[in-house]
Amino acid sequence: MAVIRDMIPPCELFQPASIGDALNLLDQYGEDSWVLAGGLDSFDWFKDRIKRPEAIVDLGGIEELKGIRADGDGLVIGPMTSLTEVATHPDIVGRFGLLAQAAAEVATPQIRNQGTLGGNLAQDTRCWYYRGGWPCYRAGGNICYASAPKAMNAEHCVFGASRCVAVNPSDTAPAMIALDAQMVVTNAAGETVYDAEDFFIGPGIDIERMTVMEPGDLLTAIRIPGTWAGADFHFEKIRDRQSWDFSLVTVASAIRTSGGTIQDARISVNGVAPYPMRLDEAERAVIGQAASDDTGIAAGDIAIRRAQPLRHNAYKLPLMKNLVRRAVRAEV
Amino acid sequence: MTEVEIIRDRGPRNYSRRKFIKGVIAAGATVSASSYLFRGPGVLTAGQARGGVERLMTLSVNGQQRRVDVLPYETLAMTLRYKLGLTGTKLGCDRAECGACTVHIDGVSHYACSMLTHQVRGRAIRTIEGLESPDGELHPVQQAVMDEGGFQCAFCAPGFIMSMAEFTENNPGATREQCAQALSGNLCRCGDYNKILNSAERAVEYMSQRA
Repeated sequence: MAVIRDMIPPCELFQPASIGDALNLLDQYGEDSWVLAGGLDSFDWFKDRIKRPEAIVDLGGIEELKGIRADGDGLVIGPMTSLTEVATHPDIVGRFGLLAQAAAEVATPQIRNQGTLGGNLAQDTRCWYYRGGWPCYRAGGNICYASAPKAMNAEHCVFGASRCVAVNPSDTAPAMIALDAQMVVTNAAGETVYDAEDFFIGPGIDIERMTVMEPGDLLTAIRIPGTWAGADFHFEKIRDRQSWDFSLVTVASAIRTSGGTIQDARISVNGVAPYPMRLDEAERAVIGQAASDDTGIAAGDIAIRRAQPLRHNAYKLPLMKNLVRRAVRAEV
Repeated sequence: MTEVEIIRDRGPRNYSRRKFIKGVIAAGATVSASSYLFRGPGVLTAGQARGGVERLMTLSVNGQQRRVDVLPYETLAMTLRYKLGLTGTKLGCDRAECGACTVHIDGVSHYACSMLTHQVRGRAIRTIEGLESPDGELHPVQQAVMDEGGFQCAFCAPGFIMSMAEFTENNPGATREQCAQALSGNLCRCGDYNKILNSAERAVEYMSQRA
């Protein structure tokens, strides 16, 4: 893989001004097109010459994909809204603080200024074998280098492996699942709305994609319902460095309590599976229980029950267990 | 890569003669791009077929309107350094992982290595060269760094100073901790963070005196 890593090889760049124009371009170029949002996921692929699109479609000029607006008692967020805006917008900070905190913990200030919410949600995995251009399953090959006997797999998954053991790196994705958000995906045939937890897919469904989106699809809106506005939120991202790094394990939860009893709960974790995971069983276990440390411990135990660690990532189990415990206990 | 390979890679769609020729040109361009220069004739013709962006553009850099010929796939750091001669913007990692290339776009810090120049058309770009006032008076952040001897080798300094400038201009009275948070997108391999934060604190002080 002796490659030149200084500049992006030749390709065409289109800057459509409307969703319709963008969809036409994606339709025209098919699998040779590349959707560019903030570019923080894209440019590494291009510079490494691992992904070689013929046409880059830059969404930066499409005003209808930007901004945050009220929608009934919820919000609609344009996927091209920067993470900085998501992290600081008064409506999000005030009513959906979970999402604001998740966006605020992405990478660095400069990356948040440029990176978009849609890009953060739809980003590809960071498995270094895959990102390094190794011909693994996800890249169309027939081996997983990260689960080979001597592989370095401390960051890889403990749940949901299916040939590929990479994890979803998004910080905002588990917040979306905890908030019961919906993703609006548009293509030439029209619009489809997915619940956040169905939007992200694992390698068992399609080993080359992280989300339901296929070439020609665009994420055109993110809807946050009012259901969980102002609930008790807990977001915690554990990583090696407190800046830049992707998470090792992240937990996001939204809980409603009444008189010390948990009435309703949504808990999601990321960094442990190829998709952000909703912890249905742990949720069911805590609903109706006291919002106490004991409930948290029980939820944590349930959460890690079916984990299958690889050689170097068993540390994720106690980490995840404690994060789930704190997510439940923090609301006391 | 030969022309034959290119065509096979691109799948089953119909190939016009024009597309075939374009493939040949692109193959040539890949080879000449390895020379690190943009100016080879192969590079100049590639990427121009079928619409796309207009290459000749006017960039607003440090208050000046600069005409420049920009490739569709060129990063802002490349344009600033190698087309406009503004070499104060450093390229460290070229991967949004070090912060040395930090510049302001409409007053907000971005990594110039990780955005295309075409993405900033019509927006105000400010680089380290544009920080001092027209009469040559240093920006309070630059003065603070001078007074505190803020950096050791200082390769990362332009990026740090740009981040510091944006933050102190918008956050009067910021604490040392807030400065550290604001500078968390810049790396210093000399590990001179203590003096960099001293500089930031002094910059906050100078900024309040100026206001």
